[in-house]
Amino acid sequence: MIRKVSHRRHILLSAVGLIVFFSGWQFAVTSGVLPSGMVPAPGTLWPAWLDEVRSGFWQQAICDSLTHYVLGLLIGSVFGAFLGILCGMLELLDGLLEGVIRLLRPVPGLAWVPFAILWFGLNTAGATFVIAISVFWINFYAAYGAVKSVDPELYELAAAFGHGRFLAGLFKITLPASAPGIMAGLRTGLGQGWMSVVAAELFGVPGIGARMMQASSLLATDVVVVYMLTMALLYALTDFLFGFVRRYVLRWQV
Amino acid sequence: MNDDLVASLDNIGLSYDQGAHFILRNVTLSLRRGEFVALLGPSGVGKSTLLRVVMGLTVPLEGAVHEVSAAPDPRRRKNALVFQDARLIPWRSVAANVAFGLEGLALTRQEKQDRIESALRLVGLTAEADRWPRKLSGGQRQRVGVARALTVDPDLLLMDEPFGALDPITRHTLQDELLKIWEQTHKTILFVTHDIEEALKLATRIVVLAGAPAKIAGCLNVTAEMKEAESVPFKQAVLQLRSMIAGVSVNTAR
Repeated sequence: MIRKVSHRRHILLSAVGLIVFFSGWQFAVTSGVLPSGMVPAPGTLWPAWLDEVRSGFWQQAICDSLTHYVLGLLIGSVFGAFLGILCGMLELLDGLLEGVIRLLRPVPGLAWVPFAILWFGLNTAGATFVIAISVFWINFYAAYGAVKSVDPELYELAAAFGHGRFLAGLFKITLPASAPGIMAGLRTGLGQGWMSVVAAELFGVPGIGARMMQASSLLATDVVVVYMLTMALLYALTDFLFGFVRRYVLRWQV
Repeated sequence: MNDDLVASLDNIGLSYDQGAHFILRNVTLSLRRGEFVALLGPSGVGKSTLLRVVMGLTVPLEGAVHEVSAAPDPRRRKNALVFQDARLIPWRSVAANVAFGLEGLALTRQEKQDRIESALRLVGLTAEADRWPRKLSGGQRQRVGVARALTVDPDLLLMDEPFGALDPITRHTLQDELLKIWEQTHKTILFVTHDIEEALKLATRIVVLAGAPAKIAGCLNVTAEMKEAESVPFKQAVLQLRSMIAGVSVNTAR
C-alpha cells in the first residue's frame, strides 16, 4: 500500500531535499572534494546571475527562448494532437500513414537541425521547427492512444440519442472522452519542449541554449549552471500554469 | 385497432454471420400505446439485442420494425433507451447528461431547460443537477438515465434491465418510482428483465423470450390479482411464466 503524504508535508519534504542538495554541493566544492574549476559552487551562481541580468543577456535569452518554445510547442502540439485524433478515428488514414510514421518516428529532433538550417535558416523559424518536431510525436501518440481507447459503449449511447453521425460523435464523445490522454500528452510535450530548446539553439539561434554554448566555450561553468537553473524554473512555471488548465478541463475527474 | 399501436416487430431474425446461426428468429410483437410490456427471458437469450433492434442500433437480417407514429416530430425522439449500466457521460454534470438527448432537437433554450428540470423533478434529483456522475450512488445514476430518456418525450421507452445491478432496497424503490412515472406520463414501456417477480410487479403484459435462436415463447396479460405477491394468482402466474421460459407449455394470451 502506498502511504499517503499530505500536500503540505510533500512541499516541506521537497524543500528540505533542495536545501540538503545545495548545501551538500556547496560543501563538496569548498572542501575540495569537487574541483571548483569543474563545478561552480552554488555561492558563485548569484553574482554570475546578477552579471547576466545587468548586461541584459539573461532577459534577452529568456525572451528569445520563450518565443521559440511557445511557437514550437503550439505548432507541434496542435498538429500532433490533430493528426493523432484523425488517425485514431479514420482507419483509412491510419493505415495509409502507418508506414510513414514508423519511418519518421525514430528520428530525433536534433537530427532535423541540418534541415532546419537549410529550410529556415539560423532564426526563430528554424528553432521553432526543431522544437515543434519533437513535441509533435508526443502529442500524436498521446492523442492517437486516447482516441483508440474511448469506450465504444459511449458511441452506442450517442447513437441511441440521435448523435450517431461522425461530427456529433467527434465533438460529443471522442474529443471530451480523450481529453485526459490528450492533456497528458500536452503536459509531457511541455517538458520535452524545454529540452528541445537547447538542441534547437545549439547551432547558433540566439536564446538560452546559445548563451549556454557561448559560456561553456569560455569555461564559464557558473553561467552555464545559471541558465540550467533558469530553464528548470521556466519548466516548473509552465508546468504549474498548465496544471490550472488541466484541472479545469478535467474537473469532472477529481 | 391499429391507431393505438406504437411499434410492431415483424418476423425479426438476427444473425451476425449472415444466417449461419440465428440469435433471434421469427420474433413478432406488437406494442400498444400506454402499455407496460416486460420482455422476460433467461440471461443471454437476446433480450438486450432485441431492444437494440427496436432502437435501430442493430439491423436485423430478416423482418423489420414498424414504428407507427404521426408525422416525424423534430421536437421529440421516437425511442429512448435506459441502459443497464446507466451509461452516464462522466464529463457531463447530471443536468448536462439529461440534456444529451435534447441536443439537436428543435427546442428553444428555455424549453430545453424546462424539460430538464421537469425530468429531474420526476426522478427526484433536482438537488443533484450540478453534480458529477462519479459522485452519485448506483440508484441515483439509474435515475439520471431514466430522466435522460424521458426528456426526449419518446413514443416508446426501452429499458434494458435498468435495476438489475442495484441492491434489493434501491431496486424496489426505483420500481415503485417507475410505476408512478409510467402512470403520470402514460409512456409505452418495453422493459427487459430476467426477474419474474419484477416483471409481474411492473408490467401489464409479459412477453417471454426463450430458446436458441430466441423466439417469443409465450405471452401473459397481467391482472391486478397477479400483482399481489404470494397470492394464488401470483403463484400460478410465476409457474406459468417459468414453464414458458423452460419451453414446457406455451400459453398464448396475445
